[in-house]
This record gives sequence, C-alpha cells and structure tokens, in this order.
Amino acid sequence: MEFTDTQIQRYSRHIILPEVGGKGQKKLLGSKVLIVGAGGLGCPVGYYLAAAGVGTIGIVDDDLVEVSNLQRQIAHSTGAIGMPKVESAKRTFEALNPDVKVNAMKGRLTKDNIMDVMKDYDIVVDGSDNFPTRYLVNDACVLMRKPLVSGAILRFEGQVTTLIPHEGHCYRCLFETPPPPGLVPSCQEAGVLGVLPGVIGALEATEALKLILGRGEPLKNTLLIYNALTTSFRKVKVPRNPDCPVCGQNPTITELADYDAGYCQL
Amino acid sequence: MREEERPAKKLDIKGLVCPYTFVKAKLAIEDMEVGEVLEIVLDYPEAVNNIPKSMQDHGQKVLKVDKTGEKEWVIVVRKEKE
Repeated sequence: MEFTDTQIQRYSRHIILPEVGGKGQKKLLGSKVLIVGAGGLGCPVGYYLAAAGVGTIGIVDDDLVEVSNLQRQIAHSTGAIGMPKVESAKRTFEALNPDVKVNAMKGRLTKDNIMDVMKDYDIVVDGSDNFPTRYLVNDACVLMRKPLVSGAILRFEGQVTTLIPHEGHCYRCLFETPPPPGLVPSCQEAGVLGVLPGVIGALEATEALKLILGRGEPLKNTLLIYNALTTSFRKVKVPRNPDCPVCGQNPTITELADYDAGYCQL
Repeated sequence: MREEERPAKKLDIKGLVCPYTFVKAKLAIEDMEVGEVLEIVLDYPEAVNNIPKSMQDHGQKVLKVDKTGEKEWVIVVRKEKE
C-alpha cells in the first residue's frame, strides 16, 4: 500500500521515529488487535491503538454505558448512556481515525465462543474486570499461542504484564487459580481513581504497539506494578512455572472451561 | 557527477514544509536498497539543515548539499542502513 497525503500527515510523528518509520506504520495499519472489555482499560487502549492506526480493532463487552462509568471510561460520553459500550467505543474510535475498522461484539466471552472470536486477531489486550474472563482469556491465548497484554486496576494501584505463550510466563504461572469469589473486591465495591485506568491502559497500548512493531522489550516474565499514591513503578520478575497447569510441561488444562460459578456479573 | 553519486531516485518536495520534508524523504529512502542514492530537491530553507541532520541521525550518508537557485537546494543522500 501507498500512504495518502492525509496518512503521511496523520502518522508523521510515527514515521519520523527510526523505530517505526513508514514500514512500521504499515505494520500497524495491517495489524489486528482484540480488546477484551470496553470499560476503564478498554477505552484508553482502544483510543490510543486507533490513534496509532492499528487497522483492525475488535472489542468485546456485554454492558451498556451508565453514568457511573463516565468518571473513567473515556470513550463514552453522556450522550451514549444506555447504548452498548462496544457501539459507543466503535463510534468514538472510528471518529478519531477513519483508517481503523472497529468490530464491535456485544456479548461475553465464553469457552464456546472465545477461540472463534480470537482467531482473527494477532494480539489480545485484556481490560476485563473479572477473574472468570481473565483466566478464560489467558487459557485461550496459551492454547492458541497468541500474545496477551494483561492489565488490572483497583483503587490507586494497577498492574500490567505481557504474556508470550510458551516463551514467557502466563497468568497462571503468576496466580495459578482464580481467587475464591468475594475475596478480591471489585471496583464497584472498592472504588478506583478515574485516571488510573488511563495510566494502565496507556501502558497496555504501548506494549501492544511494541509487539506489532517488534521493537523494545515487552513485559515478558515481568509484572509491572504502579502505585498512584506514591507515584512509583515496581517491576517484579515472574519466572515461568514448569508445573503451570496450562503452559507447563505436563498441562492439566488442555481445553477451556468457564469459571463464573459464584462470581457476580459486573 | 561521480558514478557513486548517480541517483537511483529523485524526489521533488518543493512546496513542502517541516516535518513533511523529512517524512517524504524518509519514506522515499525506506523503499530503496542499501547503497542506492536519493536526490532531493527542495525550497524550504529550514529543511536544508534539518534533512541532512536527520538523515545522519538515522544512519544515512549525506553526500552533498547544493544551492541550485534563489530558493532551491539539492540534497544527495546514500542509503547506508535499512
């Protein structure tokens, strides 16, 4: 493909970078990223990937926009209240950049549909707000060998890590099983500073862009923890677990299961 | 003109201003082979300094910068690096 004059202007600050250039920008335009969740994390992730010119963005969520979302979910506006979040996000991202095609999927990922949804994408970015989805996405990415950028937030603290299946750790190497229902509070119960998902989502988007461009060092075997109150970033080494139930030498998880028994649907 | 300076491609960016002068030049050189020479014709005075500097920063070799008219310059760059 050849860039149009508008594209040369739109992406000029990327093209100038030695690490991106015209070739890198064409990679971005040809890439396909699936975002799980159109909430606090999914909004900034999608916003920046759309601005960067990631050509195809899939986004899955089954919620409708509520007024209480607008303190942090920046792709949605007051006028979008009541609309499916994925439709609102699609409208925002495509308005930002007409080069981007957004596939809006209203629904929940389950063991029966996730592989079919994921198969068309190069990279998955997790911005889900619940453990059943988080573990399902991890297991599916390991089984399908898809890179996964995972982020999580609560109160004033957030985490980011990048999973390259069978090269680096997976989510289960870090936390083998989901916590029991009710042990870890949700944002609904515990609160979250509105800007926090912006920081973590921007980091997730950065990881995804690096993977597409093949530049820099992803957060492989590493968990990055951000504390907004102390303004500190901490990196924790996460080795692969040879006994990991999904990516270890003798995996016990060889097909997907749903884990949502007992969890509230947020 | 010496043989090693013979351009494989000529790029006319008269009328363009920074940063598009360099963006266009960079896109042109990306599509060329290492060892090939690009000749750039331009009329934006700032870019006469900026393009050679940026090309060098990106690892390319600036062979010459000539003023060829009242408000026209030619920059010749050899691609040294992918």
